[in-house]
Amino acid sequence: MITVSLTINKKEYTCEIDPQTTLLELLREHLGLTGTKRGCEIGECGACTVIMDGLTVNSCLVPAFQADGSDITTIEGIASNGKLHPVQEAFLEYDAVHCGFCTPGMVLSAVNLLDNNPQPSQEDIRRALAGNLCRCTGYQQIFDAVQAASKKMKSKR
Amino acid sequence: MSSFNIIGKREPRVDALGKVTGAAKYADDYNLPHQLHGAVKYAEYPHAEILSIDTSEAEKVPGVEAVLTYKDVPGANHFGLIPNIRILADDHTRYLGDVVAVVAAVDRRTAQKAADLIKVKYRELLAVFDPEEALEENAPVIHEGGNEIVHHKVRKGDVAAGFEEADFIIEKTFKTQPIEHAYLEPEAALVYPDEHDGFTVIGCMQNFYTSHKVIAAALGLPLNKVQIIQSTMGGSFGGKDEAATLVAVRAALLAQKTGRPVKMLSTREDSIRQSYKRHAYKLYYKWGCKKDGTIAAMEIKAVADGGAYASMSPFVTWRSVVQATGPYYCPNVKTDVYAAYTNNNFTGAMRGFGSPQVNFAIESMMDELAERVGVSPLQIRLRNAFEDGAETATGQKLTHRVSLKEVLIKAAEASDFERKWREYRSEANRTKTFPKGIGLSCAYRGVSLGAEGVDAASAVVYVQPDGSVTVSAGIIDMGQGARTVMAQIVAEVLGIPLQRIHFLEPDSGRVADSGPTVASRGTIMGGGAAKIAAENVREIMKHTAAVVYSVSPAHLGFRDGKVWDDNGKSSRPLCTFEELTAACYARGKPLFASGVRHVAETNWDEETGQGNAYFTFVYGANVAEVQVDSATGQTELLNFVSVHDVGRAINKATVEGQIYGGVAMGAGYGMMEEFIQENGEAKTINFDEYYILTAMDVPKMKAVIVENPDEHGPFGAKSVGEPAVEMAAPAVTNAIYNATGRRVQNLPANLEEVRLGQKLRRNVQRASVACKIEPK
Ligand code: FES
Ligand code: FES
Repeated sequence: MITVSLTINKKEYTCEIDPQTTLLELLREHLGLTGTKRGCEIGECGACTVIMDGLTVNSCLVPAFQADGSDITTIEGIASNGKLHPVQEAFLEYDAVHCGFCTPGMVLSAVNLLDNNPQPSQEDIRRALAGNLCRCTGYQQIFDAVQAASKKMKSKR
Repeated sequence: MSSFNIIGKREPRVDALGKVTGAAKYADDYNLPHQLHGAVKYAEYPHAEILSIDTSEAEKVPGVEAVLTYKDVPGANHFGLIPNIRILADDHTRYLGDVVAVVAAVDRRTAQKAADLIKVKYRELLAVFDPEEALEENAPVIHEGGNEIVHHKVRKGDVAAGFEEADFIIEKTFKTQPIEHAYLEPEAALVYPDEHDGFTVIGCMQNFYTSHKVIAAALGLPLNKVQIIQSTMGGSFGGKDEAATLVAVRAALLAQKTGRPVKMLSTREDSIRQSYKRHAYKLYYKWGCKKDGTIAAMEIKAVADGGAYASMSPFVTWRSVVQATGPYYCPNVKTDVYAAYTNNNFTGAMRGFGSPQVNFAIESMMDELAERVGVSPLQIRLRNAFEDGAETATGQKLTHRVSLKEVLIKAAEASDFERKWREYRSEANRTKTFPKGIGLSCAYRGVSLGAEGVDAASAVVYVQPDGSVTVSAGIIDMGQGARTVMAQIVAEVLGIPLQRIHFLEPDSGRVADSGPTVASRGTIMGGGAAKIAAENVREIMKHTAAVVYSVSPAHLGFRDGKVWDDNGKSSRPLCTFEELTAACYARGKPLFASGVRHVAETNWDEETGQGNAYFTFVYGANVAEVQVDSATGQTELLNFVSVHDVGRAINKATVEGQIYGGVAMGAGYGMMEEFIQENGEAKTINFDEYYILTAMDVPKMKAVIVENPDEHGPFGAKSVGEPAVEMAAPAVTNAIYNATGRRVQNLPANLEEVRLGQKLRRNVQRASVACKIEPK
C-alpha cells in the first residue's frame, strides 16, 4: 500500500492504495467519481480523459502514484456552482450527446482546447478530439458544439 | 398537419444533462457495499469436447467466494431464438469466447487469478471456420441436426427465361467482413439479492424483456422474483442483446450462490472476444440485363457466417433475402440465402441487420451495369428505380409514397454528382497521384420487424395531480434519442412543454413486453404506443372538461399548456392543463393510461418467398466523395451527402445525429473496419487493432431530410437508425472505382485492397478445416 495525495476538482484527497492502481481506478473505484469512463484501458478511446496539471491525459494509462501532488480536473469539476460550462451548454444545444459515454472525455478535451486556443479552426478541433472515439455521433455535432462554445466564450470575454 | 408545437423541432434531448456533467449512471457506475467481482474462464479450443473441469485450485485462492460451472446452474443453461447459446459451456466448446466457468471474489484481480487456475481437460475436435465449408457434406458438425441454420428463398417469375431474354450477363462475387459493434461502453452488470428473496439486476441489456426471462429461467425463479433495471446505455447498435444478457446472467448466478451483490464487467478484450458480430457474407450475384439498362433476371446466392450459435441469424438473413434485389424492377428473381454454423464468434443483430451486406453487392452491380450501358450511376438507377405502386421481388405492391427517385435526385443535386462523376472518370484525374472519386448508392428498407416477428409495443402515460407527466415505455434509449422522441410525441398530444415530461427508466415490472428495440422500430412502434397512451389520457381529460365547462368534447384542443374550446369559428381558452388535471382528480378520475401499438398485417410464404414482407418501407441515397493515394491505397473521405425519407422527423437534430453517426459507421465498414479471426481466435480485440473512424477521418457531412408522412407512423414518422448506416459502404467503394477504375469486391476497401486488389493477410479461414492448437 502506498499513499497518494492530490487535488481533484479543487478538493484535496489523500488515499491509501495498491501501487498497481491506475488513476482511472482511483477516481472511479476509490473516490466514486464515476463520470470518468472506462472504455479500453489501453489509451486508445479517450473515454477516461481527465485534465492533469493543464494537460489532457488518458487516466487509464497513468499509474495513480504518478498523480501524487498533481492537480486534476474531471467532468464532475467542469460546471461551477451549478452553472454549466459553455462547452457543456453547447453540447446540449447541438445534440452532440447521444449515448453520452464518450461525452465526459470529449468535453474535457474540448475545454482544454479552448483554454489553450480560444479560437480554434475546424482542423484544430478535429486534432484536439482525435484521441476521443465516438461511435454514435459521427463527430459532426461535436465539432459544431465546440465551434459554438468558442464563439460564446469569446463574446463573454 | 402544419401546426405542430413540438414535433419537428430541434428539442434538446431529455436525458442529456446528466451526460454532460458526469452524473448519468451507466451499468459499471453502480456499486454496493460488500459487492464481489466476477471473472470468467474461457474455452481454450474453438471446438472441443469438455472431459472434465477442475476448480479445486481456484477455490483455494484467498478471497474467492464461489466458482461455478454448468453443473451449478439451477435452471436453464441454454437460451436464444434457437436456444443453443450456453451460459456456461457444458459438453462442448464451440468458439473461443465460450465461458467454461465463472468466479466471484473480493476484487477483480483475485477473481481473475483464480479463474486462471481452473483446469479443463478437452478432446479436441475438427473445427470449421468457413460457412461454405461448414455446409459441405463431411464438415465437422457443430450442433446436432447439422450446420445449416436457415435457408431462405425468393422465387418470382422464371429466371431461366429472363437470362434467355437478356442481351448480356453481369456475374460477380462479393465478400463482406465481420465487424464489431464497438459500443463505447463495454458490457457490465450488478446483481444483488433483494429484500423479497429475489434478485435485482442492473445492467445495459438492449432487450431487457428477453434478459429478464433468461435470467429468471437460469436461476430457476419465477419472473416476479427477478427485477431488471436498465441503466443508461453507452451505445448498443444491436450488440447488447445476448452479449449483455450473458454478462448479467453470469453475475446473477454468482449472486445467487454467494448471497452477495456481484459486479461482472467486461474489459474491452472480454467484450470483443465474447460478443457476437455482424455476419460476414459471401455473395454471388448474376444479373441478366438488356441494352437499354433494364434488368431481366437476377439470380442471387448468399452464405452468411452464423458462427457458433444461431442468435438472430434466421431474422438477419431473412431481411437479406427480402431486400437482396434492391429497390429495382426485375420480373424474374431467384434468391437463396443461407446461414451456417462455424467455430467463429457467433453473429447476430447489428444496426443494418442483414442489409449492409446485400446493399454492397447490389449497389456495386448497379454501377457495373451503368458502365456496361454507358450511362451515369444516377441515370441507371433512375431507369430501374421503384416508383409508386411498384411490385417488389416478394410480390408486394408498395402502397405508400415511393420516394426513391426523389432521394436520388436530391442526393445528386446536393453533391453536384453528375458533373464531378464525369470529371473524375477522366484519364487526367485517374492518372494523378491523388485521384478523386465520387460514388452513389441508394436503398430501400422494410420498417420494423416484418413478417418474421411478432410486432407490438406498449407505453404508459401518467399525468400526476400537479400536471407533471411521467412516461414509461418498453422501447430502450441506447443513445439514439428514443426517449426524447417519445416525450415529444406525448408533449404534442397533450399540448404541454417538453420540460413537463419525465421519462422513467425501463423496468421489467412496469411496462408490458414491447419486444426488442431493434429494426429501427423505436419511433414507429414505441412512439406509436406513446401517442396512443397520451391520446387515451387526453380522452379522459376531455370528458371531464366537457362536463365542467359544458362544451362538446369533440371541440376541445390541447395547446400551449391550455385547454381550448375550438368550436370551428373561434377559439377560447377554457383553463390551464393543470387546472383541468386538478378537476379530473377532484372528480375521482386518475389520469393514467396505457397504449399498445400493433402493426398492420404482414405475411410470408416460406417456400416461394412471396408476401407482404413489411408494412411500409423507407428510402435513402448516399453520395461519397473520396481522394485516393495511388501510392499507398489510402482513401480519404472528403464529403458525404446522406438523404433519407424518414416519413416525418419528430426531432430534426436527432434525425441528423442518427444520419451522421450512421455515415461514420457505414463508411468505416466500407474502408477500414474488420474483426479478424485466425482459426477462430480473435485478433482485433481492442481499439489499437480494431479501427473505427476518428475525428480526423470523418468527412464533411450533409444530412438531407425528406418527409413523406406515412399512415402507419406517429405523425407520419417512420425510421432512420438503420437506413443511415446501410448504404454508406457502396457509396465509398463506388467512389473508389470512379477514382481508380478498379472495383472493390471484398470489404473493407483498406490499403491493400485498394492498392493491390487483394488482402495481404493469409486467409486462414478458408484454407483449413482442421484446426490444430497446442494444448495449453
Ligand atoms: S479507457 Fe483510457 S483511453 Fe480508453
Ligand atoms: S455519444 Fe455514444 S460514443 Fe459518443
